[in-house]
Amino acid sequence: MRIKILAFGIARDICGSGVIHLEVSENVTAGQVKQLLTEGYPQLGQLKSFLLAVNEECAEPDTLITPGDEIAVIPPVSGG
Amino acid sequence: MPIHLHLADTPLDIMACIGQVTKPESGGVNVFIGTVRNATKGKPVLRLEFEAYESMALREMRKIAEEALGKWPVQAIAIHHRTGVLQVGDVAVVIAVGAAHRDAAFEACRFAIDTLKQTVPIWKKEVFEDGEVWVAAHP
Repeated sequence: MRIKILAFGIARDICGSGVIHLEVSENVTAGQVKQLLTEGYPQLGQLKSFLLAVNEECAEPDTLITPGDEIAVIPPVSGG
Repeated sequence: MPIHLHLADTPLDIMACIGQVTKPESGGVNVFIGTVRNATKGKPVLRLEFEAYESMALREMRKIAEEALGKWPVQAIAIHHRTGVLQVGDVAVVIAVGAAHRDAAFEACRFAIDTLKQTVPIWKKEVFEDGEVWVAAHP
């Protein structure tokens, strides 16, 4: 399935766009998507850390991704 | 209404925040104002640029407000954050808490700003003469 991933802050700079599309298998996990992103955009691996949010909640590595989920790359936050 | 959230790229209104949380039952209103500082580790900052994952940021701000209302006897909390380009001296964030007594207002306000800085998907980029840096992105 094709998934859409929003990228913010430095992740947007690294990925070159605020929206990335990936072709993944059904039943892919958030952890696997993180891995795929780091392989595709190695500079993500140089960040202090990054999270994936799925439907506006921070995802665990074993969180399953389903079609239509809103996924976002969350680099270290720095609001306030 | 005990929770007031605001996230927009226009200047914040501190008096509005105070007004939102000051109830007849309030004996104290605690306000935290985050401003844009002119330097980082001695290096002059030209401006900051703030970006938010808006829908999730508002969700996380609401969670903070709900947690504060649950943990302390406070009457209302306002969490306002600005996005976009901010100049030195501009107000980036205002958190206001109204309570019957000041201890709860101080503690809830402190909790809210400390937690916002950990959990809300907002990012700031510092712009210097010689480049730009996303704060806290790299070890």
